[in-house]
Amino acid sequence: MSTLTHLQALEAESIHILREVAAEFQRPVMLYSIGKDSSVMVRLAQKAFYPGPLPFPLLHIDTSYKFREMVEFRDRFCAEIGARLIVHSNTQALAAGANPFRLGTQKCCGLLKTRALLDALTAGGFDAAFGGARRDEEKSRAKERVYSFRDSFGQWDPKNQRPELWNLFNSRVDKGESIRVFPLSNWTELDVWEYIQVENIPVVPLYFARPRRMVERGETLIPVEHDVPLLPGEEPRMVMCRMRSLGCTPCTGAIRSEADTVPKIIAEMREFRRSERENRVIDHDQEGSMELKKREGYF
Amino acid sequence: MDDGKSTLIGRLLYDSQTVYEDQLAGIRKATKAHGGLDLSLLTDGLRAEREQGITIDVAYRYFSTPQRKFIIADTPGHEQYTRNMATGASTANLAIVLIDARHGVLAQSRRHAFITTLLGIRHLVIAVNKMDLMEYREDVFHSICGEFGRFAGQIGNPPELQFIPLSALCGDNVVHRSTRMPWYRGPALLEHLETVSLTADDHAVGLRLPVQYVIRPNQDFRGLAGQLASGSIRPGDPVMVLPSGRRTRVRSIVTREGELAEAFAPMSVTVRLDEEIDVSRGDMLVSPADPPQRVLRFDATLVWMNEKPAAADRPYLLKHTTQTLAARIVEIRHRVDIGTLAAQPAGELRLNEIGAVLVEAQRPLFVDPYRRNRFTGSFILLDALTNETVGAGMIESAAAEAGDGLPHTAAVSMEGKPEVLWLLARRLAECGHPVAVLPAQVLLVGPAGAASAPSAPSVEIRFTPAELAENPASAADRIFQELVRRGVTA
Repeated sequence: MSTLTHLQALEAESIHILREVAAEFQRPVMLYSIGKDSSVMVRLAQKAFYPGPLPFPLLHIDTSYKFREMVEFRDRFCAEIGARLIVHSNTQALAAGANPFRLGTQKCCGLLKTRALLDALTAGGFDAAFGGARRDEEKSRAKERVYSFRDSFGQWDPKNQRPELWNLFNSRVDKGESIRVFPLSNWTELDVWEYIQVENIPVVPLYFARPRRMVERGETLIPVEHDVPLLPGEEPRMVMCRMRSLGCTPCTGAIRSEADTVPKIIAEMREFRRSERENRVIDHDQEGSMELKKREGYF
Repeated sequence: MDDGKSTLIGRLLYDSQTVYEDQLAGIRKATKAHGGLDLSLLTDGLRAEREQGITIDVAYRYFSTPQRKFIIADTPGHEQYTRNMATGASTANLAIVLIDARHGVLAQSRRHAFITTLLGIRHLVIAVNKMDLMEYREDVFHSICGEFGRFAGQIGNPPELQFIPLSALCGDNVVHRSTRMPWYRGPALLEHLETVSLTADDHAVGLRLPVQYVIRPNQDFRGLAGQLASGSIRPGDPVMVLPSGRRTRVRSIVTREGELAEAFAPMSVTVRLDEEIDVSRGDMLVSPADPPQRVLRFDATLVWMNEKPAAADRPYLLKHTTQTLAARIVEIRHRVDIGTLAAQPAGELRLNEIGAVLVEAQRPLFVDPYRRNRFTGSFILLDALTNETVGAGMIESAAAEAGDGLPHTAAVSMEGKPEVLWLLARRLAECGHPVAVLPAQVLLVGPAGAASAPSAPSVEIRFTPAELAENPASAADRIFQELVRRGVTA
């Protein structure tokens, strides 16, 4: 009897989830963040419905603080695979001048990500939204179901989650309620990179090391983009580095690295003794901050 | 109630070097107050859990060694979280039951062993923890092994047991073999996890491919997409489609990377059939030689997960493989005392209780006993009003009543009504049943898709001419409906 490799087993599980959602919901949508996890999730969806097209659109919540390379990649990638792409921004908040430097990261995230996401989901009438989050990323995510129920305000109640057994998912929601679905729940960061290698999946070049203009702030490297205000004594300089996870430029730290290819990244990961979201400023703005953001509707 | 679970998992992650430095720095900061390194903090999740110092819900943790990749479902042990434990156990291959060496086998340990076995876990590790507090004594360990072994023997279909004495706090026998218990010659916990053989768990049944989704990008392509619940499939293989019973062959297995020569469980595949047969979500492709059971009523073990108790005759929705349909609990046969395994009479099942029930579905289901196949043998019950998942069931067997079992075959006899007989024969043939008309005006009906009609039918129906006095078409229709009711055709 043959057995699957762990990547094949993860792939089979994720494809099962993607198809279940497409079959049971009226209007699913896939949150597309342009990062490596999104790239893997889109590839899995292509496989799940081959030779048909993706039976749902992609949705990108654009805070306007994304890296230029990310937006270029997004537009090229979506055109290449023929995906329907919806881009949504909280234009009201942006017009009012919302930015992380003035509002602080917490409030900025609340307006430009969480609020924008909830508005976009309501506007589209979406009853299911795929996200690329993994349980190994952060401790409140370790507790989240594959099908994560959201009430009509888009809120998550971690103490009252639906039991989820075997591969039998409960897709029943009333009007206005929805389910966030995480097909990559059981993938680890290393699995994602190994799959990118095996499947030859294109990712944003920011993941690969090259010299970039950075300022050092404490132990974090902050890219000099979007007029990031420099603190007294900070001097931008070229640093050989790469992004380990992608967010908004002011809140995404880089890591020093020489890894400029996927195999080198995997080799680096195997050595790595620091967790992936460490350089995401927003996870650390308050104790238990991801759980709070998620309760409010953040992905 | 702290038996050291969080510390054990923390130790497993820490000693196998899967803890990141910044996470460690986080715990160092949090434990600075009382010195030492509190590894249990590595697994704390929700705020309420940190505040109360307990585990409420299942948390999933990931680590790998060069030998294997592991997913730990970290589940709460308290009785009021039995449903969360069942959730974690439903997808696991192996369970670690933690016993505090100071307290020995408690009701809780027995409950854990019972629930994990019930959910189909065939390998149990009995981790006797806190040996450091019992001076690493051999007699303490052996007395616990003996007591637990006696209990496990009473569980139907007892699992394979591995007893390991350890100290999560001091790191004895977790990742590295301990030198403080020379009397123990078995493996350390991680060593056992890396080497235990899981292949025997597969009580192989034939092909089961529940159809999830039909892919139809254009007129020329119709692919049946789903994840194999068991068995394997190759182009050219004969398959039967349930519930229709139509037979055909596999034309190809389609993937984005090209066609496959073979696919096997648990792969997610897209299959094209030789003929254009009506197949939709909720149907199942199976091996004609080894089909699942067709059941309308069946016995199941039910774990109740809702505040509102389970009661007979309350309507529920039942999700089995890829279909959801109406169902009811006909009877609660008994409740299981999960500490002693004793069956108790029960009128209802309350939150976190487990019982034996008789379930009736609105339409026939095609199932395997849970112990043979987790995916075609399991179901969940949903509350149609609140949409909550209220129960999780494991199918034991088809109920010994009319309407169960597959395949059903029939002999229908009538006198003086040849026209009714032929109308009925034609309709059954159109549904894919082999039929044979005997001279004595008897119609033999085989299972849909079978090669020939049976000589020894399981259902016999006789009509007198007076009973078929209406016009031939409606008489034939009435008999057909009777055959549906008896489970001969769908």
